[in-house]
Amino acid sequence: MSLDDAFDEPAFVPYLAAGDPDFESSIEYVEALARGGADVIELGLPFSEPIAEGPTIQRAVVRALDGGMTPERFFEFVEALDVDVPLVCMTYYNLLYQYGDEPVRPFVERAAEVGISGFVVPDLPAEEADLLREACDEFGLDLIFIVAPTTAGERLERIMDRVSGYVYVQARLGVTGARTSLSDHTAETLARLEDYDVPKAVGFGISTGEHAAGVVEAGADGVIVGSALVDIVADGHDNDDPTADVAARLEVLARELKAGALEGSQRRSRPERT
Amino acid sequence: MSTDTKFGNYGGQYVPEALMPAIDELTDAYRRYVLENEDGFMDEFRDRIRDFGGRPTPLQRAEQLSARYGVDVYLKREDLLHGGAHKLNNALGQVLLAKYMGKERIIAETGAGQHGTATAMAAAHLDMPCEIYMGRRDINRQRPNVFRMRINGAEVTPVDVGRGTLKEAISETMRDWATTVETTHYVIGSIVGPAPFPAMVRDFHSVISEEIRAQSLDRLGGLPGSVVACAGGGSNTMGAFAELLDNEGVTLYAVEAGGSSLTVDEEAGVAPHSASLSTGEEGVLHGARTKLLQDSHGQIMESHSVSSGLDYSGVGPELSHLVDTGRVKPVTVGDDDALEAFHRLSQDEGIIPALETAHAFGFLEAVAGPDGDGSVEFDEPIVVNVSGRGDKDLEAAIEETEKRNLENAPRMEVFDR
Repeated sequence: MSLDDAFDEPAFVPYLAAGDPDFESSIEYVEALARGGADVIELGLPFSEPIAEGPTIQRAVVRALDGGMTPERFFEFVEALDVDVPLVCMTYYNLLYQYGDEPVRPFVERAAEVGISGFVVPDLPAEEADLLREACDEFGLDLIFIVAPTTAGERLERIMDRVSGYVYVQARLGVTGARTSLSDHTAETLARLEDYDVPKAVGFGISTGEHAAGVVEAGADGVIVGSALVDIVADGHDNDDPTADVAARLEVLARELKAGALEGSQRRSRPERT
Repeated sequence: MSTDTKFGNYGGQYVPEALMPAIDELTDAYRRYVLENEDGFMDEFRDRIRDFGGRPTPLQRAEQLSARYGVDVYLKREDLLHGGAHKLNNALGQVLLAKYMGKERIIAETGAGQHGTATAMAAAHLDMPCEIYMGRRDINRQRPNVFRMRINGAEVTPVDVGRGTLKEAISETMRDWATTVETTHYVIGSIVGPAPFPAMVRDFHSVISEEIRAQSLDRLGGLPGSVVACAGGGSNTMGAFAELLDNEGVTLYAVEAGGSSLTVDEEAGVAPHSASLSTGEEGVLHGARTKLLQDSHGQIMESHSVSSGLDYSGVGPELSHLVDTGRVKPVTVGDDDALEAFHRLSQDEGIIPALETAHAFGFLEAVAGPDGDGSVEFDEPIVVNVSGRGDKDLEAAIEETEKRNLENAPRMEVFDR
């Protein structure tokens, strides 16, 4: 499924680590997000050294790896999912590099086969991404790049030249993780991207509907939410809660975040009261 | 920025986007200050590494070892550098560079603690606040160095994720850097990481081979036939080799930690060794494409060595390239042989080496000792880089010695309480 129509209205883009804490529960969790209104789902393929992730997702990665997740299992996971939204694979470069008998291309080919729409690779800057861009073009997949608050000038041009699908706007410096307040960096970074004709999805730190509304109001086309959702999975795992209960909680938060995104766009179109 | 970031197929800059502007800024600073000596940076570095650091370090003949092996063995005494290891060359260089760049804070990771100690010392010397990340497991096995860092005013932050060793500490330091990049410089502790770190760290350490060259020409009437250095990440290795790479007559041996075995338990995700040059596969870790210990899926494996300073799943990209081209010969020495060498050097030469360094001497014994396999005909004279002194390793060395039946080790238990 293509990412083309995913941002027709303000999009809710949730992230979960595939296979966290185990294959079967994780399938149900991802499907719950789709029911809750996800427009795109970012699926993490766990890597042992997730240098861009905060503690919440680091622990999710460990749970998923302990649960037996591998690249091949990940592809089986995607095939087993019954969802009607585009799926983006979020992983680290070494896994794309090692799969199959040559770097990158066999991985992308297999991803296309199971229906993946695109990639986010946090440790692959635009400068090193030619091989992946080429393979993505060959198999018709999108390559999403992250733009950070520190990204400007020539580097911004270079990234926007190579990006497709959407651009992942990092709301603040640092690593992934839920926060209670939003960073001022978001509006500045969005302003810098205004003239580029590609959807802008903001991630890092968004955990509530109100956050989501604020980000969309500031000009985002979508919100990416990871750690706040992974927290629900972690709590469920720690307390031995039934899978259905955890899935229900994920669906509730998903609805809140999607509603927040829609509310944000209404606020944007409403003139401010004086 | 279009500076060449590669060594053959290796190297590059595989880091999160938030760090890329800092890497560009660092690349620019490296070119101007280190390569072009802008504002007299390298002059100040050389003054400080002489007066604060104690350079040049001696090139000393090892009389007992020379007699034992029937070859001329010389020791490059980096253990006599301030702080007790070669690590100060790089730490002082980078902290000084951070100062020239106008950064306000220093962070670093450490495995054995030598790099953390050197960075803490350099930061204190240059009046910069400093935070060191260290795996919990390494904190437990390297307590003296933890105290030294604290006494020099550095914060030491334990890293609990994973197995709590250097690999996890590097990941955690990168996360800190991604958060604080505008004011903070990350002093990487070896010739690893994204460009320009591998080249820059090599340049700060190449003072070692510069001195080996000058001292050999002066004292021995020619260049060494062989240079032997232990390799974890590879910083003392490249330091000892850099200025001799163009002299094909000098054979260069990188001695890796063979741990308890070179076979691998892929199911457990653990390599019982740290020999990434000898056994690793190409991949991408911590910002660079290099040789790595990884499973068939590309997940990074935990490494093992009796020496926490060699206990790392990757290695510098330049060394990977030099091994592929045949210029550097990788060899391995196991835990047991390294411990025997630790005691031999201590007893025969009166030098207690770091356990890292002991691996280099283990290689001499394994080849040329009374039970040696004679697999290598050494070109003489041999210079062994004594990368660091073993004071920090005493507890570990005693504990590990007691687990084994080493003929040449003193019996320590007679002094127990």
